[in-house]
Amino acid sequence: MRTGTLKQILLITDGCSNQGEDPIAMAALAREQGMTINVIGVIEQDVIDDQGLKEIEGIALAGGGVSQIVYSQQLSQTVQMVTRKAMTQTLQGVVNKELQQILGGSTTSMEDLPPEKRGEIMEVVDELGETVELEVLVLVDTSASMKHKLPTVKEALLDLSLSLNARSGSNRFSVFAFPGKRKEVEKLLDWTPNLETLSSIFPKLTTGGITPTGPAIKEAMSYFQQKRSLRRFLSNDDEQFFEESI
Amino acid sequence: MMMNNSLKSLSKIRSGTIISGKWHGKRYTIIKELGAGANGVVYLVRASDRQAALKISDNPSSITSEVNVLKSFNKVQGSALGPSLLDVDDWNQNGHQYSFYVMEFIKGPDFLSFVQQKGPEWLEVLVLQLLSDLEILHQNGWIFGDLKPENLLVTGPPARIRCIDVGGTTLNGRAIKEFTEFYDRGYWGMGSRKADVGYDLFAVAMIIINTAYPKRFNKTTGGESQLMEMVRRKPELKRFEPMLKKALLGKYASAAEMKSHMLGALRPSQKQSVSSSTPKSRTQLHQKKYRTAVSKPKKKSRFLETLLLITAVSMIYVFYLYIQVL
Ligand SMILES: Nc1ncnc2c1ncn2[C@@H]1O[C@H](COP(=O)(O)OP(=O)(O)O)[C@@H](O)[C@H]1O
Ligand SMILES: [Mg+2]
Repeated sequence: MRTGTLKQILLITDGCSNQGEDPIAMAALAREQGMTINVIGVIEQDVIDDQGLKEIEGIALAGGGVSQIVYSQQLSQTVQMVTRKAMTQTLQGVVNKELQQILGGSTTSMEDLPPEKRGEIMEVVDELGETVELEVLVLVDTSASMKHKLPTVKEALLDLSLSLNARSGSNRFSVFAFPGKRKEVEKLLDWTPNLETLSSIFPKLTTGGITPTGPAIKEAMSYFQQKRSLRRFLSNDDEQFFEESI
Repeated sequence: MMMNNSLKSLSKIRSGTIISGKWHGKRYTIIKELGAGANGVVYLVRASDRQAALKISDNPSSITSEVNVLKSFNKVQGSALGPSLLDVDDWNQNGHQYSFYVMEFIKGPDFLSFVQQKGPEWLEVLVLQLLSDLEILHQNGWIFGDLKPENLLVTGPPARIRCIDVGGTTLNGRAIKEFTEFYDRGYWGMGSRKADVGYDLFAVAMIIINTAYPKRFNKTTGGESQLMEMVRRKPELKRFEPMLKKALLGKYASAAEMKSHMLGALRPSQKQSVSSSTPKSRTQLHQKKYRTAVSKPKKKSRFLETLLLITAVSMIYVFYLYIQVL
């Protein structure tokens, strides 16, 4: 089974967008292009408002990913859990499609099979999760309210690369902040297999007042695409979208 | 960690509710909630004639993974790795489908409560039992992963430690699936999150340290320096110091090695006679002594016996041939 590369966008934010395109629409668009969007809502002791919560869940739902609201102290563990869960979910989707082709018609997912038959399928999903290539584009909300949470975000991202680099499949990460200094979105780190260099970049971040979540997702999408079309152009290999590649 | 909405609804199943399986048709009556975590909610239930524990989740993948591990554990003869598995099924409720499995109900307090109630001398007993179980688990290719006091229950009498929650159990060599920071080698900057024997043994060391710091503590500098400093600060951890250091640094090749080191360090006569040397050399000395004193001569004498027998038989045979020829 060929699975291609898993492409994930990981959005870390603490609430509502207030500028540009609707982030939920952008998430749906990203999903159409074979990416998954996961959202982590970081809160302090304060409770998140309903609108913020709705947006966070909405983005993940539209983006085919996982969302989780978390207190900043628990961020590290959550980031890795969400990423893993989304990987399993996506891989499960691939395996389910395969199943449907083999078994036909009414069997559309693992749940349609009796529990006895699920074990082996799960082993395949686990195996794929261990070996698949993964690309995670991290989008960090650096609006004013996030300022004092940024050190925790940095720790959590370093921890994420520790977790994922224990897999045998390769990983690539890139990090973007929004709002950027001059633009809506700013690239902090280009594709790299580990995030250690992040430590030197993070303290320099200045925080702004606006929260252009929609434009940030849009930019992230085009960054994935740019790289792919460039690679295609260079090597002429027809690396396909995740869904088409099975 | 906050739960998502459907998991929240799963944690409110009222006592008396009947969970009936879609595939196997067995019925379970909810008695009370036993606990909840990231992967689901566990209830005490009444099955036809006995009590059992039922873990239910909105995520069929995590249930299937855990069932896979429990099935594999249950195949290991003569040991009690994890609760035994009784049933796996789905439950349809209000248009939702939930997955669940039913397992042996393990009755008893968790590791920390037990040691606090019964006294520190139980710590060694339980850790030795745990190391024996881990040895078997490792020999079967598994790494427990999310090893922590909450996932260790003590049943009895006689007191016996049991591991529950196999949600973090991973094949040796893969990436660790699930962990809890305080017990995680990666969090302390003392190694990778690749599942290996050393990963579990690191967690065992942290569980021992945890008994002296029931509220745990946070990372400051991390690494060996912080952890060993925390060990030295507590007199009750003194006797474990060399062992903890070795486990934290990943120097034990197996749970059995850690266990024999612990046994060696506990032997009172040895403690007095070789108290100045490090326990590492103490076990080595101990093993060497055993080998030279008992096993080698035994082997030698057995070898001699065999030699004698072979010579005798061949001599008889030669004699027989000789007679035949004549
Ligand atoms: N077989 C069992 N017998 C008794 N109690 C159990 C059993 N399984 C789980 N529990 C209780 O339920 C709690 C949560 O179960 P666990 O499997 O650890 O869930 P999670 O994976 O969500 O952490 C445990 O900490 C324990 O107290
Ligand atoms: Mg647990």
